[in-house]
Amino acid sequence: MYGKGLRPLSIATCLTLTAAFALVFFYAPLDADQGFIQKIFYVHVPMAIVALGGFVAGAIMAVQHLRTGDRRWDLRSYVAIHLSLVLGVGVLVTGAIWAKAAWGHWWVWDEPTLVSFLIVFLLYATYQPLRFSIEDPERQARYASVFAVTAGAFVPLNFLAVRLAEQLTHPRVLGATGGSMPGEFRFTFLVALAGMVLLFVTLWKYEMASKHATAQLRSLRRKLGGEEALIPAGRSAAPSAGLPARPTAD
Amino acid sequence: MSTWGALVRKELLLEIRARESVPAMALFSVTTYVVFHFGLDRSSLDGDLASGVLWVTLLFAAMLGVNRLFVADREQGGFDGFLLAPVDRSALLLAKAASLFAYLVAVELVAIPAFAFLLLGPSPAQLLPELVGILLLANAGIAVIGTLASALAIQTTARDLIAPLVALPLLIPVVIAGARATTPLMLESGAEAVPAKWAAVLGLYDLVFALLAYAVFDFLLED
Repeated sequence: MYGKGLRPLSIATCLTLTAAFALVFFYAPLDADQGFIQKIFYVHVPMAIVALGGFVAGAIMAVQHLRTGDRRWDLRSYVAIHLSLVLGVGVLVTGAIWAKAAWGHWWVWDEPTLVSFLIVFLLYATYQPLRFSIEDPERQARYASVFAVTAGAFVPLNFLAVRLAEQLTHPRVLGATGGSMPGEFRFTFLVALAGMVLLFVTLWKYEMASKHATAQLRSLRRKLGGEEALIPAGRSAAPSAGLPARPTAD
Repeated sequence: MSTWGALVRKELLLEIRARESVPAMALFSVTTYVVFHFGLDRSSLDGDLASGVLWVTLLFAAMLGVNRLFVADREQGGFDGFLLAPVDRSALLLAKAASLFAYLVAVELVAIPAFAFLLLGPSPAQLLPELVGILLLANAGIAVIGTLASALAIQTTARDLIAPLVALPLLIPVVIAGARATTPLMLESGAEAVPAKWAAVLGLYDLVFALLAYAVFDFLLED
């Protein structure tokens, strides 16, 4: 059911990302100040926005899980947070490269957006260990959702506190004033952002489809060969795809 | 209200009789000052360095209390007893946060004079009364987040690891606001006014997480 529409979505993602890179290299003008290195901006910033959006989406899905008790929401929340963590590594790496080129240091502490992102990343890095250390799958899902909701609310508050603490070196991209970007930069940036959003959604659907297929395969195996035919699933931080690992009487 | 009162009374009575958390936290803070003295190789501190050392010490001492907060309930059946009683679940959150708040105040009654005696360069008289207000605001935030993190971690197989790992990043805004707010109080040249925005950040933080903890805490008890 998650496989539906995956092919057109993948094609759209490939096209948008290709268009974004073409625009970055052939259309967007060179930055007067930083030159070529500024182009990393079109990867770094959309990735950061999508990663933070993914964390918040994970929190909203976790709220749905807590409200409805439907374990599929927990799986959706898990996949969103897990993908955002992967993107988060990319954000920190590209951010460090850009900081080295633009400001001369790999890491700049008086730079609120980078520091806030690191704090949020460190917080979410405990999501998987937390899940892994709870054995009961039902409790694991519930506790992980509580964590996801708390952490999701923490994201904006943390950005506020860190921003107040430091002076601004980091450029504001889409400020309330509409940003200071000229038209070509802005258009390229928006295409790159759309490409990154599509990439996130595609990867999310792929992982959901894969988890769903694995769970269906297990249940079919069990129907055919009984409990003995199943290789026992190891303890995992990942939730099972909404189907119980073994039939439960409840 | 009476449920809440009974639970707080139970917590404080347990702490007075068993003395599991507060003495350890207070001793830990004094030891940490000694560690800082040698680690920084300074005999007296002032300004932002003094403020930073104080807040880091208080935060780490609070982690000891956070780790112990639900241990007795889990190991000696306190959770079962509470869940069997026909009372509002949120009372437990409120009682635990209030007890942690009380522990933190008790620890600070030892840790702040010890800090003034051992490390602080300027006269401790210039800290009052602003420091008290900032500490109370920060304690409320630490108590709420600490209770939530402790309740999250208590049912895991690695609770001593999970609680600080979850709580420390969540408490970074408290450290930022607390350290920035108290820096002007610890200047060698005499105290300056505390910027109001840091008190506002602490207040906002307390409010947001108190409401959030109230909303999600029930889900950590449903068994």
